[in-house]
Amino acid sequence: MSEFKDMSESSSPSGKLEGASRASVVIINYGAGNIKSIQFAFKRLGVDAILSNNPDEILAADKIIFPGVGEASSAMKMLKESGLDTLIPTLKQPVLGICLGMQLMCLSTEEGNAQGLGIFQTRVKRFSSDVKVPQMGWNVIKDLKSDLFKGIKENEYMYLVHSYYAEHCNETIAKTDYGINYASALQHNNFYGVQFHPEKSSTAGAKILENFLKLETEPIAKNQ
Amino acid sequence: MLTKRIVPCLDIKNGRTVKGVNFVDLRDAGDPVVLAKQYAEQGADELVFLDIAATLEGRGTTLDMVLRVAEQVNIPFTVGGGISSVEHVDALLQCGADKVSINSSAVKRPELVNELSNKFGSQCVVVAIDAKQVEGQWKVHLAGGSIPTEIDLFEWAKEVEQRGAGEILFTSMNHDGTKNGFANEALAKLSETLNIPIIASGGAGNVQHFIDTFKDGKSDAALAASVFHFGEIPIPQLKEELKKNNIEVRL
Repeated sequence: MSEFKDMSESSSPSGKLEGASRASVVIINYGAGNIKSIQFAFKRLGVDAILSNNPDEILAADKIIFPGVGEASSAMKMLKESGLDTLIPTLKQPVLGICLGMQLMCLSTEEGNAQGLGIFQTRVKRFSSDVKVPQMGWNVIKDLKSDLFKGIKENEYMYLVHSYYAEHCNETIAKTDYGINYASALQHNNFYGVQFHPEKSSTAGAKILENFLKLETEPIAKNQ
Repeated sequence: MLTKRIVPCLDIKNGRTVKGVNFVDLRDAGDPVVLAKQYAEQGADELVFLDIAATLEGRGTTLDMVLRVAEQVNIPFTVGGGISSVEHVDALLQCGADKVSINSSAVKRPELVNELSNKFGSQCVVVAIDAKQVEGQWKVHLAGGSIPTEIDLFEWAKEVEQRGAGEILFTSMNHDGTKNGFANEALAKLSETLNIPIIASGGAGNVQHFIDTFKDGKSDAALAASVFHFGEIPIPQLKEELKKNNIEVRL
């Protein structure tokens, strides 16, 4: 996990990022739903995020967003058709999976019995019918463990919309309760995943995206 | 814990808000983007834009509005009004809408609910139901409540859930506009028989009405228009009061 080099650099979630933080961001475009909102959220931070499914463009980016809205097995099918399923696990720069994007980075999901990319060593299950499904709305994230949550307070509210959840594993970096306690964020080396939608989670969500932009790119990525 | 949601609803016509809105320090109360930002800053959890004209010709204007809202607003929003095809929903979602709300078109062709949830996921399909209690029976009404049907509210709600609706927005026509409170008995029954979130709509007049609909009505979210637009109930104050009454809200 990379350390922050310059904590003195301040920029509010609504402000623009300056200098070295102005990373090139690629949002992986593989036919998944609402990616406009993610693009706009970065624009509000002063960063133009590019939509692309081109491997060269993805490999060259400083930061990568792996979005996902929709159904898991058909999303995996689209990833396989474009060859992105083999590319994504090899990426060396910070990658942030959002919602279904995070779920697809796990070993498997009960949704459509799909195999995932196997980046996070955990499985995705459906919420039991003891709670309303989908979970829809604002819930808190806690036990925060990552530079991704720098400046985010415990029990901060995030916007969530999902019917499936990731079970806890060693890579859990945030927890949420909804019937059960589950992993609302995961991290494995340069791979990050959040179940919530930072792009829709008001100023706190914007702060998380800003933190993501500030993550150090692993040196190995610079050689590739 | 998942919080209860407060949802201001804006009526839109030709890309502008109608019915008037009276916010302090707001130069252009007709611009949905300005209003949406204001609501987001006040702590609204979600927004609903209802296109009340919803003509084919006006569709481009609405899409443009959706794009501008998505560009500037950092909370989720739903768009409803005159939506009846997969293509239209696709266009709205591509412009940045998080969810769409369908009403009459779902009654006319229930398969639309399946088509939308299969293609875009249940999470973005809100089925709005307008119903009126006639001789003890809740009957679904169409076209903004002007056309009565013989369809039972609870049966219809169950059916759309099975077809893949992610949420129900229930407006009681008996309560809408009265400011006498929400239809909590019917809402509680919906909430108990269905396993998807229920948004209460129609009847908000004071803070107690919101407390009641979350406690007695077991609603997951409460939608209102005029009490928010005219500053009768400021959202931060409403949420403080809800919190004091042990209702989980995002503060």
